[in-house]
Amino acid sequence: MIGGLFIYNHKGEVLISRVYRDDIGRNAVDAFRVNIIHARQQVRSPVTNIAHTSFFHAKRSNIWLAAATKQNVIMVFESLYKMCDVMAAYFGKISEDCWTPKENTVLTGNILDFGYPQNSETGALKTFITQQGVKSQITSQVTGQIGWRREGIKYRRNELFLDVLESVNLLMSPQGQVLSTNVSGRVVMKSYLSGMPECKFGMNDKIVIEKQGKGGRSEDGGKSSKQSIAIDDCTFHHCVRLSKFDSERSISFIPPDGEYELMRYRTTKDIILPFRVIPLVREVGRTKLEVKVVIKSNFKSSLLAQKIEVHIPTPLNTSGVQLICMKGKAKYKASENAIIWKIKRMAEMEESQISAEIKLLPTNDKKKWTRPPLSMNFEVRYLKVFESKLNYSDHDVIKWFVTSDEVESTRCAADAAGADEKKEGCPVTSSSSSSLLLFLLSAL
Amino acid sequence: MQEWANQLCENRQFGSKMTDSKYFTTTKKGEIFELKAELNSDKKEKKKEAVKKVIASMTVGKDVSALFPDVVNCMQTDNLELKKLVYLYLMNYAKSQPDMAIMAVNTFVKDCEDPNPLIRALAVRTMGCIRVDKITEYLCEPLRKCLKDEDPYVRKTAAVCVAKLHDINAQLVEDQGFLDTLKDLISDSNPMVVANAVAALSEIAESHPNSNLLDLNPQTINKLLTALNECTEWGQIFILDCLANYTPRDDRESQSICERVTPRLSHANSAVVLSAVKVLMKFMEMLPKDLDYYGTLLKKLAPPLVTLLSAEPELQYVALRNINLIVQRRPEILKHEMKVFFVKYNDPIYVKLEKLDIMIRLASQANIAQVLAELKEYATEVDVDFVRKAVRAIGRCAIKVEQSAERCVSTLLDLIQTKVNYVVQEAIVVIKDIFRKYPNKYESVIATLCENLDSLDEPEARAAMIWIVGEYAERIDNADELLESFLEGFHDESTQVQLQLLTAIVKLFLKKPTETQELVQQVLSLATQDSDNPDLRDRGYIYWRLLSTDPVAAKEVVLAEKPLISEETDLIEPTLLEELICHIGTLASVYHKPPSAFVEGSRGVQHKRLPGSAGSGESVESPDTGSAAGVSEAPPAVIPSQGDLLGDLLNLDLTPPTTTGPPPPSSGMQMGAMDLLGGGLDSLMGDESEPLGGDLGGSPAMGAGFGAPPAAMPASFTAPVSGGLDDLFDLGGGVGMPMGAYSPPKTVWLPAMKAKGLEISGTFARRAGVIQMEMTLTNKAMSVMTDFAIQFNRNSFGLAPAGPLQVLTPLSPNQSIEVTLPLNTVGPVMKMEPLNNLQVAVKNNIDVFYFSCQYPISMLFVEDGKMERQVFLATWKDIPNDNESQFQIKDCHLNSDAASNKLQGSNIFTIAKRTVEGQDMLYQSMKLTNGIWVLAELRVQAGNPNYTISLKCRAPEVSQCVFQSYEAVLKN
Repeated sequence: MIGGLFIYNHKGEVLISRVYRDDIGRNAVDAFRVNIIHARQQVRSPVTNIAHTSFFHAKRSNIWLAAATKQNVIMVFESLYKMCDVMAAYFGKISEDCWTPKENTVLTGNILDFGYPQNSETGALKTFITQQGVKSQITSQVTGQIGWRREGIKYRRNELFLDVLESVNLLMSPQGQVLSTNVSGRVVMKSYLSGMPECKFGMNDKIVIEKQGKGGRSEDGGKSSKQSIAIDDCTFHHCVRLSKFDSERSISFIPPDGEYELMRYRTTKDIILPFRVIPLVREVGRTKLEVKVVIKSNFKSSLLAQKIEVHIPTPLNTSGVQLICMKGKAKYKASENAIIWKIKRMAEMEESQISAEIKLLPTNDKKKWTRPPLSMNFEVRYLKVFESKLNYSDHDVIKWFVTSDEVESTRCAADAAGADEKKEGCPVTSSSSSSLLLFLLSAL
Repeated sequence: MQEWANQLCENRQFGSKMTDSKYFTTTKKGEIFELKAELNSDKKEKKKEAVKKVIASMTVGKDVSALFPDVVNCMQTDNLELKKLVYLYLMNYAKSQPDMAIMAVNTFVKDCEDPNPLIRALAVRTMGCIRVDKITEYLCEPLRKCLKDEDPYVRKTAAVCVAKLHDINAQLVEDQGFLDTLKDLISDSNPMVVANAVAALSEIAESHPNSNLLDLNPQTINKLLTALNECTEWGQIFILDCLANYTPRDDRESQSICERVTPRLSHANSAVVLSAVKVLMKFMEMLPKDLDYYGTLLKKLAPPLVTLLSAEPELQYVALRNINLIVQRRPEILKHEMKVFFVKYNDPIYVKLEKLDIMIRLASQANIAQVLAELKEYATEVDVDFVRKAVRAIGRCAIKVEQSAERCVSTLLDLIQTKVNYVVQEAIVVIKDIFRKYPNKYESVIATLCENLDSLDEPEARAAMIWIVGEYAERIDNADELLESFLEGFHDESTQVQLQLLTAIVKLFLKKPTETQELVQQVLSLATQDSDNPDLRDRGYIYWRLLSTDPVAAKEVVLAEKPLISEETDLIEPTLLEELICHIGTLASVYHKPPSAFVEGSRGVQHKRLPGSAGSGESVESPDTGSAAGVSEAPPAVIPSQGDLLGDLLNLDLTPPTTTGPPPPSSGMQMGAMDLLGGGLDSLMGDESEPLGGDLGGSPAMGAGFGAPPAAMPASFTAPVSGGLDDLFDLGGGVGMPMGAYSPPKTVWLPAMKAKGLEISGTFARRAGVIQMEMTLTNKAMSVMTDFAIQFNRNSFGLAPAGPLQVLTPLSPNQSIEVTLPLNTVGPVMKMEPLNNLQVAVKNNIDVFYFSCQYPISMLFVEDGKMERQVFLATWKDIPNDNESQFQIKDCHLNSDAASNKLQGSNIFTIAKRTVEGQDMLYQSMKLTNGIWVLAELRVQAGNPNYTISLKCRAPEVSQCVFQSYEAVLKN
């Protein structure tokens, strides 16, 4: 198991060093710093072997987390991430200040014992930190079946928020051909409910999960009507009873208190791209670049996209940008090396365009501009809540809104020749965002 | 007394602050001193603050061990927070102050009885972390109590504590009976306690390989599976890992376990998912393939694996390394998922490289167009390593998917046109491989390659180019000029290039002897007289002597037809792959190395293997013999490659004491890569190091692996990857040669009564590469027999008489004559039943007689049936498992070396030998006259007269005959 846990700031100063096992010597702390944090070249692997000791490392907002071991251990990245999550939940953000002696003793002590990951439920660990030696049920809570929720929670208003965040990933060839698209969605819940509520989601009939495995991929499309939504895979928060999902297709759980990610899903079928983005890049000489981006909305008439934000990357040696846009506001942000174009709302089948003239500083750098992909964010709000169907007895208010947040990731072809070329992709939405709306929420 | 001192301290401090600050605050002692004072303060708040300061200093690495007694004094408090801090301090410093640590024991014992379960747990956890021998004996009693505590939190902490204690003093744990208590905890009502007990037991079991600590039986498995649904995510991982060590009794049991494990694939924690995948991959081996559930399971595995690729980059990397293993073992799982491995712009480089690797593994005729388009795209990226790998990948696609070769070549040519230096060099290296795979097909591109001659500055690319020029010298008009230009700086070139240049010029000379005599003399003298490199000198001398004694032989040797290169060059050796599959989700699966390669000491050196498959429907009684029972499709074990080779060569029994001196000190890897270029020596020396070189270059994972060679390696073996040792190996194998081929005793084929007095008995033999039919003709009739002639019916291998039957003198009554009839294998072919049946017609002056006989198939094993290791490896993998058949050879009392020698006499060549747990595994190959290769794995257990032999062949019909030959040869 994990022999040691080291946490450094971005300069490589040790914030925490905990050695759980004898086989990890004191010099391991330095070995990691010298070989990884202060390494000259780019790190080539998150798992490295230095002097017979294996290090797993991850970097989160300027903090280096490293786990050292000399044995053949299970993957501990998850526990490193969890530790960050706990920190973030406890302090609001991850920064150097998080690692004060008091908290870290408690945290690292309860997260790992003798290198075995023990507990990573944010809620429970918070209780550990605030624990003052008074008798409590914490011990039975963390070892019990519902380690993520303590008993006796009371709210005056019982509320449950459900956000569906989807990001649509698109990979497009330089010729404009869609190579692959997928929607990965997250269902984030905020629950403020009293007692030990048992929550249950039913899956809409239209959702076909391929894992059922009976149909097989090819048959699926043929058999089911066009309405059906195929989900390739979904994963659930620890609180969801997986065996129940496997047998009955129902998502039943006792929710943790506060905010958590209930499920993730992924779908690749029948994705209708909500926007088309057509970029045109022209290199005029060595010091000038003309960029034109057209976006076209491509969704159903009943919907409205809001807070559209297009992120157009610019070369590193940009010296100035002139922008003309018909709709919305655009600004060049030197700190991000990008043009940010914001549009408040767009209805269906609208088109909008921006042109930019980018002045470049002449450089000797032979490296080509790698042409990072454009990305785009927007929200689609569905406000259809069928409250009548919700039979939550205590209070009758359930706020429910759905955000659709699309990120597009397109690879750019880099054609060295200066001629004009077309490139890039279009973000995207999915048919599946609406699908989740059809979940029937029933909190019993 | 203590109090008085405290007061004094405080007074002093007080005084110092008020009156004479200079006196006490010397910078050195100041801080510690102040802390000491604060620690001994009466005020609780102040104490607590002081302890916090101490811990803060400790955390950043300052030495605060001097405060040990003072901090320990603070231990007796009912403030939980303060207690925790003091305990943390103790864990850190107890080892450096063992005597004083005893001071803390009383408090620990007391705390273990505290009414607050948190304090009890904290005490027992901390005690385990104090690694001082003297303390351990005081630990036993409290630990025993805590293991039976009413609170599950204390029990689960105590369970881990047993593992800690075992680490300090294993004997004590056994004597005190903690192991039994721990075993009882597996049946605990609380899932978390179960999980920790499992984790602790698994770890303890690792250091006791033979103890039956984790006595897994269906009952405990059932308990574990129940706990699996209820415990924390980490507990689930411990339990799943433990489940993976269990061998189900039959396929039904393994199916039911699989069914209960599959829901875990939907867990948000990817470590849980990977552990579940491990269990499923392992138990799947036991499921019959025709079972519906088997197919369902395969389908269920793909989505979670793909989902892992949308996790954080570090996890993606881990997932990809594991997928790489899974794809090699069961390619069908992800064969439709090619697209998800397309590289994204913002993937970290390590993810990109791994994705590329998997893309090539999944490449097939169906998706090759897409893959190529992607690869071409990648070749224009910025990261040099990535671009190189992409270019190499294009070459690998060409070799793997024949239909795509042409497109790959044209893509490579496009890339060469970009004139980007490293792209061009990499492209030339892979084009050379393509030439070797498809000889005489793409030579039209040579002209384009030659244009870039000047830009090549890397040895590998130069060597590749030189090889191409030498190989196709007759089609390149100015080949001599080109090679001559390289020759100018001969001594500055790397060994790889020098060797290649030497071979290329000799090839050129053999092809165009008239114009290049001067050149060849020049290079030979450079290589033999001016070089310090023994490899180069030796090769030079060999050529020289060959050329001077027998140019025709030289031509045969140097310009011999080269064996085709194998498709997959960097496959993991099957036994290693099996072991790694058992380690999915652990460090071993990321390194692609067995745990023994990176774990020191006894831990983790147990080799795990996949369970053998049970025949459909029938259950295997004992799990241990599962793999040996019936026709097993499982353990195809082949020659170790790469890292294992080192160990293997050390294991080799280099029997001939008069070896050819120490291996050449040159760099082994270069030598290997050199031979990849197909130097003329290949055929001469039966060199096997060739694909090895390709391997080392091709897989970046190994780069890391070779970083730290084991220090214990004797110096003379530091370069065993080179051809040198391989040659020794060959010698070792060849020593037993003179035994000759086995030929069965003569049997009566045609009794006299059936043939009007002519009796024919005979046998078959292979002598000096010629198949012979040896017959004794006896005349038992009353009259003289003359005019003998013989004819064969069509048969399976096209055996036919190579000449007429030579019976010159008439055969008088009661006379016998010995006749030897040479045979060839160019006759008409027809499949016979049995396969080795031969129908013969013999004619004499009296009549025509027919009889049939069976020849041992070993007669058909040709002399060049020795496969190269790497080819063997690839072929073994390539042949579907269904073609494998297993036989038992009973009552054979030879040891493995003797057996190997004996078999070699019959052209059954041992390619490698491995010893695993007292069992010798011989990997052998033989080639039939019609070009069919048969691969064999012979397992010989010392002291056990029964051998097990597994045969793999693309034409599985021959297996039975081959087995019979084996038996005949070995028992003779």
